[in-house]
Amino acid sequence: MSFKVIDPGMLALVQDGGRSGYQHLGVTTGGPMDEHAFDWANWLLGNPRGAAAVEITYGMLVLEALSDMTFALAGADLDARLNGDPLPPWQTRQVQAGDRLTFGSPVSGLRAYLAFPGGVQAVARLGSVATVIREKLGGLDGSGQPLRKDDHLLPVEGGVVEPRTMPDWAIPDYAEPLKMGLIPGYQYESFSAAQRMKFFTSPYTVTSNIDRMGYRLKGEPVISEQSGIISEGIALGAVQIPQDGQPIVLMRDRQTIGGYPKIGCVFSLDLARLAQRKPGDSVEFQLLDVAEAENRRMLYDRHFSE
Amino acid sequence: MIRMHPVNENTWILYPGDEISETVAAHVARLTQSIRASLGHCLVDIIPSYTSVLVSFDLQQADRFAIESRLKAAIDQSEALSEQTMTAREVVLPVYYGPEAALDMEHIARECQLTPEEVVRLHSEQIYRVYAIGFSPGFAYLGNTPEPLRIARKSTPRLKVPAGSLGIADNQTAIYPSQTPGGWQIIGRTPLEMIDWDSETLTRVNVGDRVRFEPVDRDTFISMGGRLDEL
Repeated sequence: MSFKVIDPGMLALVQDGGRSGYQHLGVTTGGPMDEHAFDWANWLLGNPRGAAAVEITYGMLVLEALSDMTFALAGADLDARLNGDPLPPWQTRQVQAGDRLTFGSPVSGLRAYLAFPGGVQAVARLGSVATVIREKLGGLDGSGQPLRKDDHLLPVEGGVVEPRTMPDWAIPDYAEPLKMGLIPGYQYESFSAAQRMKFFTSPYTVTSNIDRMGYRLKGEPVISEQSGIISEGIALGAVQIPQDGQPIVLMRDRQTIGGYPKIGCVFSLDLARLAQRKPGDSVEFQLLDVAEAENRRMLYDRHFSE
Repeated sequence: MIRMHPVNENTWILYPGDEISETVAAHVARLTQSIRASLGHCLVDIIPSYTSVLVSFDLQQADRFAIESRLKAAIDQSEALSEQTMTAREVVLPVYYGPEAALDMEHIARECQLTPEEVVRLHSEQIYRVYAIGFSPGFAYLGNTPEPLRIARKSTPRLKVPAGSLGIADNQTAIYPSQTPGGWQIIGRTPLEMIDWDSETLTRVNVGDRVRFEPVDRDTFISMGGRLDEL
């Protein structure tokens, strides 16, 4: 029961829920860029939450089944095909030896998740298989490598799974305008009322400078009264404002500490939606109270803890 | 009074101080310890830095208010802990300050108007405190570098700084645990592995530790596993 990697495509990484508990040593968390699609991919197979899956960025991946196998596909539409026939995301499929699963380029969204029964077998480092290339941690053999040609993807469980059907309401539209909730915090007070007004009323464009560390946005510059701060811990979704006034939204592979002023944090589930936006897409920020963020997060988590 | 506020739905930041100092660093270390004890299994990650502590918690086990009250309890406990009751661990690191390892020694000596021997003596007489770890896994920021050795970073960063290198810039000294690009002035190299994810201790130094550098000669450096052929 396995898939063989014929062509690793642009970037395919093993990710689980992330590597927690080591940020005090400078080790970042990694984990799925789009937590929503990742969680539902695992849900489709009845996997435990945070089971390891393959995060496919952009596409071009080619896999060949070496035996009968079940998988789930969720997230971006990367023009996936099974033996040449279109295979839309948000479903499970059974394949047989010799079947080919290929990915083209993005039709909608940017990252897709491929889940297997029980997860993908990989060697845990510091309690996680999440791949962080620059830290040389995670991935199939633990050394931080993305999928490579001739790698084998093996499921953790060999038994038969009962596939589930995706509820329609949980399928997002990655083309819809994105207004991200921003929880004010950190150096929020160092931005004047006029600067905040600009920040919350201007559209920002996703630049081509986007990776698993951060999304650089471009638009109306916002200026902090502080040019730098004493380096402090960076939370998921923190929005750094360097001196040029262009926001950088910090994602899963962010560095653990940093010295740029931050206006606040993007709410985790909106960050997941940002991870599906491509260069040239437009996004906006809106003020979000931390209590509201907490409620939305708890409601979300409830789906996966039953 | 310690300032604290939530930064997202599962993270708080606490500021025991406003300036980089030995006193604030000691407070950060005490607070980190008491937060670990107070949050227990609700704690997901904690990042102590120069003047702050970032705490992320498991929202499925406790809500923001429960965490807030536990953090307040941790603040009270940390204030009750005096400097005496919590002695910082002292780590001694052997350092080879010779020319093959101290890539910027000539520049440092010239800028500081000292001889290389005086630079080594000043740098190794000081006891440092680990203020923060970050930039890359295990990359440690130490203070304070003695006054006469405070110089600016290199105008052009090196593309490859060998693992184990010690760099100085302004009032800090950094240890590079792995080969990375970097702009600090390289003053020496330790033969010891600074990180080992397969060991129990993971990293040789932690935030809050005190560190002393012990000059060793070339032969000792090599006999301890040091390498000089990486560039």
